[in-house]
Amino acid sequence: MMRSNSGFFRIVSLATAALAAGTLLTGCERPPIDSVQHGFRGTGMVQVYNPRILVPETYKNVVPDPLPAVPSDGPKAKDAYKNVQVLGDLSVAEFTRLMVAISQWVAPNEQCSYCHAPGEDFSSDSMYTKVVARRMIQMTQAINSRWTSHVAQTGVTCYTCHRGNHNPAEVWYRAPQHPQATRGLGNDAGQNKAAANVGLASLPYDALREYLSTNPQEIRNNGATALPTGNRASIKQAEFTYSLMMHMSDGLGVNCTYCHNTQNFAQWEGGPPQRVTAWHGIRMARDINVTYIEPLTPVFPAARLGPTGDVAKVNCATCHQGAYKPLYGVSMLRDYPQLGRVTGATGATGRAAAPPPGVLGRVLFDTGRSELSAAARAEIEKAAKAAMADASVKIALSGFTDRTGNPQANLELARNRAVAVRDALTAAGVPVARIDMRKPEFVIGGADANSRRVDLVAAR
Amino acid sequence: MAYYQNIFTQVQPTGPASHGVPLGKGNSPRTGDEPLIIHLLGRIGHAQIGPIYLGGLGIASLICGLLAFWIIGFNMLASVNWDPIQFVRQLFWLALEPPSPSYGLSLPPLNDGGWWLMAGFFLTASMLLWWVRMYTRARALGLGTHVAWAFAAAIWLYLVLGFIRPVLMGSWGEAVPFGIFPHLDWTAAFSLRYGNLFYNPFHALSIAFLYGSALLFAMHGATILAVTRFGGEREIEQIVDRGTASERAALFWRWTMGFNATMESIHRWAWWFAVLCPLTGGIGILLTGTVVDNWYLWAVKHGVAPMYPAVFPAVVDPATLIQGVK
Repeated sequence: MMRSNSGFFRIVSLATAALAAGTLLTGCERPPIDSVQHGFRGTGMVQVYNPRILVPETYKNVVPDPLPAVPSDGPKAKDAYKNVQVLGDLSVAEFTRLMVAISQWVAPNEQCSYCHAPGEDFSSDSMYTKVVARRMIQMTQAINSRWTSHVAQTGVTCYTCHRGNHNPAEVWYRAPQHPQATRGLGNDAGQNKAAANVGLASLPYDALREYLSTNPQEIRNNGATALPTGNRASIKQAEFTYSLMMHMSDGLGVNCTYCHNTQNFAQWEGGPPQRVTAWHGIRMARDINVTYIEPLTPVFPAARLGPTGDVAKVNCATCHQGAYKPLYGVSMLRDYPQLGRVTGATGATGRAAAPPPGVLGRVLFDTGRSELSAAARAEIEKAAKAAMADASVKIALSGFTDRTGNPQANLELARNRAVAVRDALTAAGVPVARIDMRKPEFVIGGADANSRRVDLVAAR
Repeated sequence: MAYYQNIFTQVQPTGPASHGVPLGKGNSPRTGDEPLIIHLLGRIGHAQIGPIYLGGLGIASLICGLLAFWIIGFNMLASVNWDPIQFVRQLFWLALEPPSPSYGLSLPPLNDGGWWLMAGFFLTASMLLWWVRMYTRARALGLGTHVAWAFAAAIWLYLVLGFIRPVLMGSWGEAVPFGIFPHLDWTAAFSLRYGNLFYNPFHALSIAFLYGSALLFAMHGATILAVTRFGGEREIEQIVDRGTASERAALFWRWTMGFNATMESIHRWAWWFAVLCPLTGGIGILLTGTVVDNWYLWAVKHGVAPMYPAVFPAVVDPATLIQGVK
């Protein structure tokens, strides 16, 4: 009796263990997984690849055949056609070839009619898609000529991001405020849901807005000395940086060790050189968004905007789409060199002369002080004038400090700075009702002069 | 003959239930008159349930603990817009977050970390009350207070993480969120922020004691089960009256590793390993940020971090090369 009983319990316990193990394993990718050594032996500097995921990826990254080459001499496009603001220096044949290529890359079904309204002259700018496309051509030229630190000679074309879609498959919008954040309880503090853009971790899900848009936050949070010497970066800031890095890892299909010697993430010496390329990539994505994409916000119809009314912005995945190099490093620019140089009058600067929309001004302060300098007063006067020109605009004020000093005192200092700017604004004639004091998520920034500031942003 | 090689207890001797020692003045009566005997529980532990002693401290501790539990739980439920299905589905991701670092040590609004502060207060109160209860119950039974002090070691680590270190750093935002995955992400971010906790020697000690505890536990459990056929489960008696089980177990370890603990000292080993795990871990956490800002650089300074041969071409921080780009 006891024997059969013990046999029964043995079977039950084995079955329970097998069931538990099976359940735990359902979250895993099945072996074998390839690992490729990348750094010094025994340091864990390896790249991990799942060949069953990699093989279908290769089909997604095949470049389309280039259109046949055409002569670059003959009449220029700007002379043959009306309203050619970019690419006007191209020959008519080159211009037409590029237009055909772009229509195949971006709107293979609609072709020309995606940007040119049927029945209207080709010179008409009546469709927003054409206005956007023109700016995107300037952007592509600027990337290829000014951001070789990131795209090298491989460069980018419209296809790098679009891949036959009207909108690139990977874009980001600002997340709307959590519905419970303004209520009594249940504020998620911008994190703690299985968000795809942070690899299903519970990290902050809207971190890109802190790094790839206007007013970027400091990414680095490690101190440069062994003992504390004033680095006040918080663990929450580290979580935001972690989110950005998860996005990069996911967007490029690589591990942390692709760019970092994980012995110490902050250390540049002894780490992989890819990190330098990535460093420029972050600045490039930021520049693209601030200079080219965000100023187009009013051009887009409401249906194309995100939940907070913002435009679809780029991140690392927009071009990379899961590959360590977009299209595995095949250069399409070689077949379309017209996208590699800055052409046309308005494209000459590559950057918009005006500051990004929304930002009215930035007032800088001395360490530990909240008094306004003469330059600061001039900046405030300018912002006041700009704000008074449009009655619907409010001025949002946010004060910041650098890392030196006591954090408690810094909070007070940041507030005092914002109050000083508010008082100067009211003295300049701006009604108090049109000034909005906004406490930023991160008051304490880096060690640089830019961290000791008050930002004046247009709000409605 | 019992079958001690099975994971379930095979033999359950039953007899008149033990009602415990007589209680002195100042003790409240025990809960329940006749203890409950549950055979299935006897398969993994003791079949007897009760008598339970709750007392004033126990009730206060339970109330505080439940308050913390509800504050955390209702905040999680609200964060999925009161959807019970999403609550279950996302439970492991949900959390009650500490205040934003910009609040410092001031009292934040309820939904901006105030609930966290309140939950932390009640959870701390609950644990401290429970500790006092453990201590007084042990004394009431005439026992030593080893369990209470072991529990105190765990409370120490909890207090360092959620109270002492945040206060020293001047910000509640330094503390750990209440949540399953969120507290793990916090741990990873903590290590990243302070230059790799791997190089924190107290962290290393804590891990050694953690793994050491598991190893000692496995060695001791296996030894006792293995000598049960010789009466080895009567460990306490054999501390002073060594029988053949004790001798064989000791000889086994001398044969295989040259040294052995005794029936008494093995428990001293296990207790200290277990207690030193949170004790050293707490010291390591406490030093991080307050005394040491970058453990990797600290380890380089003191010759702890190994230098590896250069594999990659020289890499220089681009921020130090380019003016005007940030």
